[in-house]
Amino acid sequence: MKAKEKYAEIFFLGCATVSILALLLIFLFLFANGLPAIGEIGLWNFLTGTSWRTADTPPSFGILPMIVGSLYMTAGAVLIGVPVGIFTAIFLAFMCPRWMYAFLKPAVNLLAGIPSVVYGFFGMVVIVPFVRTISLHLTGGGSGASILSAMILLGIMILPVVINISESALRAVPESYYQGALALGASHTRSVFFVVLPAAKSGVFASVILGLGRAVGETMAVVMVAGNQPRMPEGILRGARTLTANIVIEMGYATDLHRHALIATGIVLLIFILLINIIFTFITRRSRENA
Amino acid sequence: MRKPIDIFLFCLTWGFAALTLISLLFIIIHVLINGIPHLTPTLFERRFTTDNVSMFPAIISTIFFVLLTLLMAVPLGIFASIYLVEYVKKGSKIVTLIRSATEMLAGIPSVVYGLFGMLMFVEFFGFGWSLISGSLTLTVMILPVVIRTTEEALKSVQGGYREGGFALGAGKLRVVFRIVLPSAIPGILAGVILAIGRIVGETAALIFTAGTIPQVPQELTQSARTLAVHMWALSAEAHHTNEAYATAVILLLIVLGINTASAVIARLITAKTK
Repeated sequence: MKAKEKYAEIFFLGCATVSILALLLIFLFLFANGLPAIGEIGLWNFLTGTSWRTADTPPSFGILPMIVGSLYMTAGAVLIGVPVGIFTAIFLAFMCPRWMYAFLKPAVNLLAGIPSVVYGFFGMVVIVPFVRTISLHLTGGGSGASILSAMILLGIMILPVVINISESALRAVPESYYQGALALGASHTRSVFFVVLPAAKSGVFASVILGLGRAVGETMAVVMVAGNQPRMPEGILRGARTLTANIVIEMGYATDLHRHALIATGIVLLIFILLINIIFTFITRRSRENA
Repeated sequence: MRKPIDIFLFCLTWGFAALTLISLLFIIIHVLINGIPHLTPTLFERRFTTDNVSMFPAIISTIFFVLLTLLMAVPLGIFASIYLVEYVKKGSKIVTLIRSATEMLAGIPSVVYGLFGMLMFVEFFGFGWSLISGSLTLTVMILPVVIRTTEEALKSVQGGYREGGFALGAGKLRVVFRIVLPSAIPGILAGVILAIGRIVGETAALIFTAGTIPQVPQELTQSARTLAVHMWALSAEAHHTNEAYATAVILLLIVLGINTASAVIARLITAKTK
């Protein structure tokens, strides 16, 4: 009887360590296959090279255009998604009539559940033609598959993350803050915006970081709307390529060094995500300590 | 009493909330209006041909992927959570390590999972582009979801249940499997449903692990495409836009079903704890 209990505990521990094992394997396989390529290309050339021409002789593998492309589109997504998300969270937490909440909250969850291909397809048939029209008026050309299209689409896609996490951060602020503000003569709106919102700032900030992570890591939706030209971004009405898109577009036919350079692109992406995760953990830990 | 800034912020809040709702409604209505008319019976015929891009094989394959992945991820996730909640001593180092690893896994983008699955399952293990490679990759991907929700579910089981079990002379294993786990089922189910949503919506992790062949796989080592991958493949070809709309309708319906199911379960849980 005792032995059985002991074995069971060891078995459960074994299952629990699968997470660690999986993480180690992901790093192992990516680094083992990607690092040699970085060595061959040269870390500096790889990270700061501005041209990605895999068919040339000799080929050039510089991923700076993709790094900048990812940064552009992520920044745009945050610029669009975060204000809308935070205000919607405030609306849900403090201004929404109950009957409307019962409708709006599931709507936000539905937005979170829509697959990225569906978003990408929507972007392709609605946002891209819309941006094409703008682009025609402004510059007299452009296909619409552009950084701007990706920004708009990613802005919508990060909404649920920003809304849900900000909303719970706002709700976690003690009721007394709000009541105290009211007692001092502040209006409802003022209390919410100038007392409760600042008190929830680390949670709200955490939601932004998480949204950032979503935007950097998004692949299929971006591929479908961003144009994907591997060149340095030349304005938001022109196309550009992200790190994620680089992998998905070329992995199907890449061989040898090209293929390993794509895996190395994955390593760079992974490091970006890790940095974002570390910042996120840091913020949530600090907010937990403050609470 | 109302100052301009109050009115301004008030309008801004309502406006942005409306914008969120409008975005969602626009996406859904647009897809439904353009998709439903193209949901013809031929799209559900048993075989996929280049003339009739039937989504039937993709639907069956999606079910296979979901079942196979859950079969691996759910027991593994539940056992892992049992360890984390029931067996661990307070302040143990290994738990912090496991938690951080799980959190980190949750943040990794699906395209990186795709690369990993390709390198490990497809090539290193030699499974090729197949049902099994895809499912194994998805298993690693949804493991954090299952662990996190199961952990919450187990934690919410009151301590008195366990103590009652021990007091009656039951061993730890018995208490865990006969008392704690059954009371945690709704919470675990919520996690499983969330995981199904992730699997159904996934594309980037599957393209280079499961391939994109539109067939019903007969063996674990055969390639297959899920509905999401099917839709991606269709939208890449300009002349299949209508069929892509129709597939989007089915995907939206699945998501709607999943969200409804998890809302119902959430209501069950809160009703129980009250």
